[in-house]
Amino acid sequence: MRIELIRRPERSKAMAWLSPVIAVVLTLVAGALIFAASGIDPLQGLYVYFLEPLTLPFTLSELVVKAIPIIIVAVGLALCYLSNNWNIGAEGQLTVGAIVGSLLPILAPDFQNVLTLPLMLLLGIIGGALYASIPALLKTRFGTNEILTSLMLVYVATYLLDWLVRGPLRDPQGYGFPGSRTFTDFQVMPTLIAGTRVHLGLILVLVAVAGAWFVLRRTITGFAISTLGQAPRAGAFAGFSQKRMTLLVFLISGGLAGLAGIAEVAGPVGKLDVVISPGYGFTAIIVAFLGRLNPVAIVVAGLVLALSYIGGERAQIVLGMSSQTGRVFQGLLLFFVLACDTFILYRVRWVKPVHAAVAARPAE
Amino acid sequence: MLKRLMIATAALSLALGVGAAQAQEKFKVGFVNVGPKTDGGWTQGHWTGVQMLEKELGDKIEVTFLESVPEGPDAERAIEGLVQAGNKLIFTTSFGFMEPTLKVAAKYPDVMFEHATGFKTAPNVTTYNARFYQGRYIIGQIAAKMSKTGTAGYIVSFPIPEVVMGINSFMLGAQSVNPDFKLKIVWINSWMDPAKEGEAAKALFDQGVDIITQHTDSTEPLKIAQERGKLGFGQAHDMYDAAPKAQLTAIVDNWGPYYIARTKAAMDGTWKSQASWDGLAEGTVKMSDYTNMPDDVAAAAKDMQAKITSGEFHPFTGPIYKQDGTEVAADGVVMDDVSLLTMDYYVKGVDGTPGTN
Repeated sequence: MRIELIRRPERSKAMAWLSPVIAVVLTLVAGALIFAASGIDPLQGLYVYFLEPLTLPFTLSELVVKAIPIIIVAVGLALCYLSNNWNIGAEGQLTVGAIVGSLLPILAPDFQNVLTLPLMLLLGIIGGALYASIPALLKTRFGTNEILTSLMLVYVATYLLDWLVRGPLRDPQGYGFPGSRTFTDFQVMPTLIAGTRVHLGLILVLVAVAGAWFVLRRTITGFAISTLGQAPRAGAFAGFSQKRMTLLVFLISGGLAGLAGIAEVAGPVGKLDVVISPGYGFTAIIVAFLGRLNPVAIVVAGLVLALSYIGGERAQIVLGMSSQTGRVFQGLLLFFVLACDTFILYRVRWVKPVHAAVAARPAE
Repeated sequence: MLKRLMIATAALSLALGVGAAQAQEKFKVGFVNVGPKTDGGWTQGHWTGVQMLEKELGDKIEVTFLESVPEGPDAERAIEGLVQAGNKLIFTTSFGFMEPTLKVAAKYPDVMFEHATGFKTAPNVTTYNARFYQGRYIIGQIAAKMSKTGTAGYIVSFPIPEVVMGINSFMLGAQSVNPDFKLKIVWINSWMDPAKEGEAAKALFDQGVDIITQHTDSTEPLKIAQERGKLGFGQAHDMYDAAPKAQLTAIVDNWGPYYIARTKAAMDGTWKSQASWDGLAEGTVKMSDYTNMPDDVAAAAKDMQAKITSGEFHPFTGPIYKQDGTEVAADGVVMDDVSLLTMDYYVKGVDGTPGTN
């Protein structure tokens, strides 16, 4: 017996939705094996990792806090990827958004009124969008590969932030420690649920998801995005400009990444710090694909990925597992999603071995 | 199926606090660390202290040691997670955990917190640190005696008071032996980056330095020193094994006694918020064996160590001047702790400005 992959005549709708589910199940199975290999009862391990965080108010609220930036970024990336534009640099756009948005509270600390936070968020969006326009313009003008340029700009942004918080934007009262002054009052995201860290970002998530859904389903732009993504020639005949689309989706995804950045800095982080994201911009890529580039499904996917972070921390506290466990689970999940996605385009055929005599016959 | 149900029920009851009676048998102590316990430097120093704590108090306590917790918003969740898991005394061992520790502490007034190297306390938050500058004065004197070029190299992390204080103490020690002693400083903006530390060491030796010291955590600079046939000092840990021909001595962190004392205090109810800053006298700072130097240099170093330990001598005793000649401590006056903990200037004789290479 051997296995052959046969190309399907068309994409399998059923597999497109089943694949992430199968991937999650396979991740759980692999996780159980890892727990067993580490000498931990697999069922207890899976319970602590994946179920317990959903039963405690504290971890549940933290799950939402963790998912907020990931989902906002992933929604923007979905629009990008649907139109066949590959923005891999959301982490950089998130960072620049956070920087630009933070300029207001850092440079004008006494500007404290109801307009402060909205202006900060707006500046964050503009910062992220402008930063994303660099790889977009390089692509439309010079035909550069946007995967490469957007990714490399992540490192530029990270080092820019590093320099700023150690130099010009450093807190003068911070005893030389890197990091800006701490944001206060009107400069911080209001908390939505008392006693937790769930902040205004949750509303922003809902707005972003609803907005993206509306654009995709109800507008010409949404139609242009999917047409240009699936059949560029057909899109061109319909009069849609590939170049304008590239710029548009980069501006949207960069703007949303910037929004996530400033929301994080004005929210849980509380100041412009050396590190403001543990790689949300990259995690969002996994989330976008796990959610099948569908804004609503991305919410679920974002919560699943957030669970892998929170569960990893719980496993460290309760089971004494290594801090790297969470990363292993995320890696497994991405691996299984990509592997299962194979079955959207291919089906499996079991092939009986060719007759031994025929196979053994020497070539004539 | 039955087993699964039992586990689920047990875990749930624990989560709901039904198992609290059982949990109270052992006093739970948590540690939040920025690096892995095998980093060979800072976090490993705390891990060594925790092992001493566990040896001393054995089965009366249960320790949770969280590794590689990123500074920032995730730290807050990690700390609060320890509280929720029933830890009553929580040590957070990196400067970047200061704000998260204070935030969680404000929410849980019954839990005791200890934050290393910070400067903000609260009724249930203590800060603790060690007087590493005492060791730096001793190695400054050794460097001035051992250097043929009269120039030492100093590899440093961030321009925070702790680090600047160390540079000044080293220089004051060196100047007490050779008033014209020179110091070349390289900032690498990291606590631990073996590649950068090694590059910095090479660059310093190429510039005519023949002794190096560091305020970073890896053994790389000492290894380079040994390769070049030069000398240096260990940091945070005894690094003799990494460079037996190069290490003169090492300033060693010894947190064990502090962790034992504070945990005992927390258990018998005598724990109070304080700003703790122990040194050679309390055994929190130790000097490893004096090696690779003539007997008279070693004897003088031991003598100075004894004087600082007994309190007979303080490294920051005036006259001390800033670079521009402003007097910060008059002749015979000892600088107070607040002046030391907020030190953001170099003393006279050190070139450049903190943070700039």
